[in-house]
Order: sequence, then C-alpha cells, then structure tokens
Amino acid sequence: MNTILEVQNLKKYFSSQKAVDDISFSISKGSIFGLLGPNGAGKTTLIRMITGIFFPDSGNIQLNGKKFNPSDDVIEIGYMPEERGLYKKMKVGEQAMYLAQLKGLSKQEAFTRVKEWFERFEMQTWWNKKVDDLSKGMSQKLQFVTTVLHEPKLVILDEPFSGLDPVNTNLIKDEIFRLSQKGTTIIFSTHRMEQVEEICDHIILVNKGQKILDGSVKEIKQQFKEHIFSAEVDRLPASLTHPSFSIVQQENNNLTLKINEGYKSNDVLLHLINHQSTIVSYQEILPSLNEIFIRLVEGTPTARKFEPVTA
Amino acid sequence: MNKILLIIKREYITRVRNKTFLLSTFLLPLLMFGLIFGGAMISANSNEKRKIAVDDESGLYKNSFKNNSAVEFEYPSGVTRADYKQKGYEGLLVIYSAAKQKADSIRLFSEKQLGFGTDEAIKNQIQKINENMLLMERGVNRTILDSIRAKSESDDFLNYRSYQVKGNEIKEDNKILAIGIGYVCGFIIYIIMIIYGQAVMRGVMEEKTNRIAEVIVSSVKPFQLMLGKIIGIAAVGLTQLLLWITLIFVLSSLSSVFISSDFLQHAQQINATTGMGQDNTAALKALEIKNIVFSANWVLIVCCFVFYFLFGYLFYASLFAAVGSVINEDPQEAQSLALPITMPIIFALFIMMNAIQNPSGSMAVWGSIIPFTSPVVMMGRIPFGVPETVEWWQLALSMISLVGGFLLTTWLSGKIYRTGILLYGKKVTLKEMVKWAFKKS
Repeated sequence: MNTILEVQNLKKYFSSQKAVDDISFSISKGSIFGLLGPNGAGKTTLIRMITGIFFPDSGNIQLNGKKFNPSDDVIEIGYMPEERGLYKKMKVGEQAMYLAQLKGLSKQEAFTRVKEWFERFEMQTWWNKKVDDLSKGMSQKLQFVTTVLHEPKLVILDEPFSGLDPVNTNLIKDEIFRLSQKGTTIIFSTHRMEQVEEICDHIILVNKGQKILDGSVKEIKQQFKEHIFSAEVDRLPASLTHPSFSIVQQENNNLTLKINEGYKSNDVLLHLINHQSTIVSYQEILPSLNEIFIRLVEGTPTARKFEPVTA
Repeated sequence: MNKILLIIKREYITRVRNKTFLLSTFLLPLLMFGLIFGGAMISANSNEKRKIAVDDESGLYKNSFKNNSAVEFEYPSGVTRADYKQKGYEGLLVIYSAAKQKADSIRLFSEKQLGFGTDEAIKNQIQKINENMLLMERGVNRTILDSIRAKSESDDFLNYRSYQVKGNEIKEDNKILAIGIGYVCGFIIYIIMIIYGQAVMRGVMEEKTNRIAEVIVSSVKPFQLMLGKIIGIAAVGLTQLLLWITLIFVLSSLSSVFISSDFLQHAQQINATTGMGQDNTAALKALEIKNIVFSANWVLIVCCFVFYFLFGYLFYASLFAAVGSVINEDPQEAQSLALPITMPIIFALFIMMNAIQNPSGSMAVWGSIIPFTSPVVMMGRIPFGVPETVEWWQLALSMISLVGGFLLTTWLSGKIYRTGILLYGKKVTLKEMVKWAFKKS
C-alpha cells in the first residue's frame, strides 16, 4: 500500500510551550488512522498543520508524495473540527452549498452533491430550515456532510461521534467505512478508545507534543500484553498453586491468571488437565487500548492504582 | 479571488435579507431627525420661565423689567427674603437704596441655581434700563427713545449679509446652511463607523465562538475571510446609503412639488394685487430658502461624503475585526477591548462640532487630515466650501492619508486576526495584540 500522507519531523513551538515537538508518521491510502492523545497533547495543532491552517516551524508534510501546498491542496482535505462550526442563522441547504463552493466546487456541482448527500442521510426536508432549528445530532450530521461533500481524499474527523445517539453514531460509522472502502483515507481523532479499537487500522498516541506510540491496533495490544489469560474449567483442580502461574481473580469456575516469567500457556493447561479439570474455554486477555492509553499517559506508578488487574 | 467573492456574497445576502436591515434603513433617519430636532427642542424648552419678585427700594425700576422667554418679573409689595418662596417666586431681586431715586446695589437671591441664562438676561435688562434713564436725564424724551429703539432693531436698519470673495467671484456666505450640512454629514459618518464597525466585530466574534472560522480557514486564508466580511458589510452600507439618498430625493422632490403649486401660486397672487416687493410672504421666504439650499455645492459634498463614508468605515472596520477575533464569548471583554477604537471616533465627533464653528482653525484642519478623525471632521468642513475653506491640498492630503491608513490598519489587523481567530480560552491583552500586529510573519 502506498502512503497518502507523510509527516516528517514536524515542529510547532508556541511562546509558552512546545505544542508539536518532532512528530513523524505516515498514513497509507484508504486506511483509518487514529490520532490519540489526552487534552492538550498537541493533536489540534498537528491537525491544523495538516489542514494548512498553521504553518509548521520546521519539518515536512507530503501529500500524495508531493510537498503539501495549502492553497492548492485544500480540495483534497475535509476537516471536521471538534467543536461544530456552522452559521446559526443560515439555511441548511445554503450553508452546505456555501461551504462546498468555498472548497472550490462549482455551483451546479455543489448542488448535485448536496442533494445526493441529503438524500442519503434523509435530510431533504431540512433544506430551508435554519441551523438554529436543528438538534445537536442533526447539526452534527450536517457538519459531517459538509466535510465530505467535495469528496476529499483525506478526511480528518475530530471527535465525530460526540453528542450523537447510537442510531446516528452507526449511520456515521457506516459512512466512514464506506468512504474508507472507496479509497478515502480517514484521520480519526478521539479520546473514546472503544471506538478506536472498532474503527481504526493504525494509531499513534501523542502526549506532550511527542509521539509515544505508533502501530496497528493488533501490534500495540501484543506489545503491551501482560500474559493474562482467562480459563473456565468444569471443576476446580485440587491445587491452584503452581510455579507456572498465579491467580489474579477467581469467580467460581472462572479463573483469571497471569503466566509467570519463563512459562508458557501449555504449562498452565497441563497443570489443569493433570488435576482432572476439563477445560471449557481458555483465552488470552489483551489489554484494552483504554488501559494502554491511561498507563502511558499517566506514567506507570499511578497507572497501577487504576489497574489492579496487573498488580 | 473567487473565494473572496463567495464570502462577500454570503455576507451581503444574509445581511440584506435580514429584517433588521430594512428596519434600520428606515428607522435610522427617523432616529437622526429625532436626535437633532429633539435636541433642539430640549435646548429650546430648557429655559423654563422663572418668576422673579422685584423689591425696588429706589423706585427707579418699577415696571421697567420686560418679561422674556426666560424670566418673568412681578412687583408685589412686602416680599422679604424669608417668604418669597412661599409666595410662589423662584427668586428675589432686591434693589438696595439709601435714598429715593438712587440705586446703590442690586442683588438676586434664590435657593436654586437659576442658571447662567437667567443671570445674563437680568444683567442685560438692567443695563438697558440704566441706558434709557441716562438718556432721559440728558433730555431725550420717552417717545423719541422708543421710536429710535424700534427703528434700530427693524430689518431696514439691520440689513446685514456676509459674502465670500475669491477673485471676481462673489458668493453669499451661508454659515447656517454649511453648519447644518456639515453637522448632519459628520454625524451620519460617525454613526456609520460605530454601527458598521461593531457589526464587523460581532460578525467576527460569531464566527469565532461558533467555530465556523476553523472550518472556513481550512478552505480559505484568514485574511480572505476577514476582507470578505469587511467588504461584504461595506456593500451593505453602500446599499443603505443609496436607499437613503433615494429616499431624500423622493421626499425633496415631493416637497418642491407642493411648494411650487401651492405656495408659489399664492405668492404670485399677492404680488399681482399688492404690487412688487411689498411683503416678504411665507411663500417667498420658502422660495428663498430653497434657493439657498441649492446654492450649496451638492455634487462635491455627495462625492466626498461617499468617499469618507466608505474609507472611514474601511479604516476602522479592520480594527474592529481584529478586536472581534481575540474575544472569547465575553461581551464585557468586547467592550473594554473595543474602547480604544471607539474613543477616537467619539473624539472625532467633538472635533467636528468645534470645526463647524471654526472651520479654518488649526484643530479643524489637523483633525480633518489625520485619518483617525478625518472622515467625521472633514465632512464637517467641506460644506463651508472647497477651496475657500478647505484648500485643495488639505482635501488631497486627507484623502491620501485615509486610504494609506486603511491599508496599514488592514495589514496590521490581518496579523492579529490570523492569530486571534483560532485561539480559544485565552484572555488576550492589548499588549499581546500589538505584539502580534508587528510580528514578522
């Protein structure tokens, strides 16, 4: 797969802090890329540089293998900021048309695209309504439509699901998958880790202006696994003490156990089988991204307090 | 460029379609008239009649004080300083006298301040009465005195006019008209700069607090967004101006129809029956006023008005935009940060009021050249005549420095705007704004 966006040693210092301090990553075409980080980590500054709102102090941004040029390349990018921005007093249809034309679409083109998207999202009846009259979820849908209307190759969504009910969340989620299948690359910025696990192929984690994690969701989980397994047996073995593992949690016949250093799963299983326990299920518990996020951002000592499982 | 046009179009259409546009277009002239005439009415009515009791020990001034619009005199007997108020008087004028037919001193007593006007009126009257008495002492009798005074105050004797002379050209000097036009033009520009400037500020604030700016700035440059907004609102202002001019034109042509048909016929009839130049009837006076009004150089005034209207607005609009861009939803913050911008505009109004009294004074001249005050002050001076009062070099310098000032403020404000529009949650001080403005990009 070829890369659509390549960011090299990007830096942006403000007078008071290093907002983005030497970040590099690349995004392959058609993937869904998760940009994670706590508040104030520098995500917004990073996104603003990618969307051409800010100029980086140093470093390179390459779009489609060429140097990123804001005034020509804005048509390739669709950006939905975290805080929704729409003109409240403007009619819905005109608003969508206006934003599409600002991106460089002709009037007719804008009109057909807006109509098409409004039909898809069942928003045709909204055309003459004012944005003021829309609910939060409705205006979010409108914002999403205006972001993807000009069919950008790179869509940047900052917290796209905040304030949406499950039905509309699924609607947008399906659209994200559909766009991704059509070859659109999506940068997805959020704090909601369960959504990241569900949607993203590849993530980076940013903290204090620096990249502290980069990889596919699968790789990262493997990287942070703690050899914890859950096992269900038909009856408990006579002895639960064995050098190969230690019990983390026990609930009737359900065991959560941690394999000790130098041993393998099979050592545990052999012990159980040797004690006439029939294994009903056996499975590795991988840490959730949420746990990894908290552990990395908070620093190991405090993370222990929040995660008694790993103790 | 195409994108700026889109922004201008949106800004223009949403504003012109708004009901408040129509409302303000027709209410603002009413408000103006209200302010001007209301102000005149108030100042005319503020001299309430003061009833003053006169206690004349000398007997010289008995019944000599004349009542006027400000003061009314009565001569009750036995009013003292203790009870003049209970008897319904606001003041007591005592003429002290040691001997009959001799006034030693005159004193006015009152509880409240009776005002400068009342004091002056009484002093003038005493002076006049004394003058009459002195004349009569020298043997001028009463009837002669009255006839002299009546004659000296009549129009035949007091036929005074002033002219402006330039080479062979002699022009009647219409100070009242020039003051009127200057005041109205300057005042309109003052109101326009404040109202439209704040409209720009509120528009920018709306875009910032609604976070639309961030979406739009990912499509266009911040400077384009700012310029589009400023030009769009300028177009709205010009539309409004055009509507006002049309309105005035329609109204004045309507009134001239009335004057010519009704009054003039009447005037001609009177002229026919009583002969030439007998009376100055109301109709003839109206005709004269109309001629005076048409004697003003309207083409120049209107051209200059449009220029100062437009560039005065443009000069300040970008400053207002810069202030709007650094505000976070707090209207009080908006007020305090907008103050340094509204101050010179208000200051300009005061200079203009001074300039219409003394249009060639150095304060008026410099006020009409420095771009911070020139739009308001210059419009106060132009009706006095170009190049008689406002010399050509002054007008040229004023216009050039205003256009130059507009370019400079827009350039500096653009830099503040670019930083401010994307900065949330942080309170920005004036010092920081200045730093941004002069930062090298």
